[in-house]
Amino acid sequence: MIFDLGKFAGNTALIAENETLTYEDLKIRSEEISGAAGGRCLIFLFCKNSVASVAGYVGFINRKIVPLMIDAGLDLDLVKNLLELYCPKYLWLPEDLRENYSAYEKIYERDGYNLLATNAETFALNEKLALLMTTSGSTGSPKFVRQSYENILANTKSIVEYLQIGESERSITNLPMNYVYGLSIINTHIFSGGSIVLTEKTLFQKEFWQALKNNSVTNLNGVPYTFEMLQRLRFFRMDLPALKFITQAGGKLDPETHLKFAEYSAKTGKKFFVMYGAAEATARMGYLPAEKSLEKIGCMGIAIPGGKFELTEGGELIYYGDNVSLGYAESGADLILGDERNKRLETGDLAKIDADGYYTIVGRKKNVW
Amino acid sequence: MTNLEKYDKAFIDAFAVSEGDLPTLKYQDIAAWDSVGHMTLMANIEDAFDIMMEVEDIMDFSSYAHGKEILKANYEVDVEA
Repeated sequence: MIFDLGKFAGNTALIAENETLTYEDLKIRSEEISGAAGGRCLIFLFCKNSVASVAGYVGFINRKIVPLMIDAGLDLDLVKNLLELYCPKYLWLPEDLRENYSAYEKIYERDGYNLLATNAETFALNEKLALLMTTSGSTGSPKFVRQSYENILANTKSIVEYLQIGESERSITNLPMNYVYGLSIINTHIFSGGSIVLTEKTLFQKEFWQALKNNSVTNLNGVPYTFEMLQRLRFFRMDLPALKFITQAGGKLDPETHLKFAEYSAKTGKKFFVMYGAAEATARMGYLPAEKSLEKIGCMGIAIPGGKFELTEGGELIYYGDNVSLGYAESGADLILGDERNKRLETGDLAKIDADGYYTIVGRKKNVW
Repeated sequence: MTNLEKYDKAFIDAFAVSEGDLPTLKYQDIAAWDSVGHMTLMANIEDAFDIMMEVEDIMDFSSYAHGKEILKANYEVDVEA
């Protein structure tokens, strides 16, 4: 079991607009949802930053039910294509989407979500398979990354270690949980007894900042575009005493923006982590330690704890670690496949290493992925 | 170009919507008006009227209709004039 919820029973786990769940509440809720689905099978999880979505995810993972994570807003035609290709046993989705799947039987409902049984002929699942994640957001591509329980556990532990996520840490959902970076935030906080403020609001809505301030959120995480938005919102002038650290992933941050946030962090005593990863490596492969963020502008950093980087003669970055995923799936027939990568990932990124051992991404190899 | 034409163009350029959809358009109503689209829209409006929007107004700018009120109240831009 990946998430030992009983260990943190009294801690706050999830803070939604109109309810707060302790770990005990989350344990009961997640077990009830996953229990309705019974045992090991494939389920489509229509992701939102809501209690039902997160509790469903936690319950499914703990009960070895394999969620295929898609954006709840994904175009219906694209979902139907995925349904035909993957033949899940169930759908766990917001009830306002129920009408699109009237042929399926509703067998359970909770917190605005429905569990629908497809009664489809299903595919066999490899015993290692834990989770299916898209490679690039909500494009609807039929290609998913096959992640194992070992992958999730290894990557979660590494991230928890270098970001030092503990019971007092609290994040907020400005990234979707069907995106590996967004999910890694949920994984690391629930694994460590920390808490997460669940909101569907964006950075451009007052309610987001109210939720962040009122709940004393301790960390904020964003993709390069988030950092442009933060500057637009004059983030540097905001008074956020509870905020301890900021992380960046999801593409290379331009050096100018990196410098501004590194300077802000140095001045305010907050930590700023530039990070590097991919869905193929569960989420994270590298990070720039916060104390180096001013010194190593433009750098991606070093391998995460337990991981290792290597450069090929052609300059391609190779990563080794227990978080390297099993491989891809392009249809349900691929779900029986085992580990095709043996903990080694060719990232497709071209990198260079400096005298201190820090890596910088300099380009992309042609014809990959 | 009139102020209304400039204002409409800022939305049409940002979201590729037709003029008829504008009056009822709200933030997050359409896929294109997400947070990324909002950044583009704010830049378009600032350029069109040569203004600098305050953070409070950027966050308050929740619909096509309300945007007109914000411009009139805080930036001396009367879109309807």
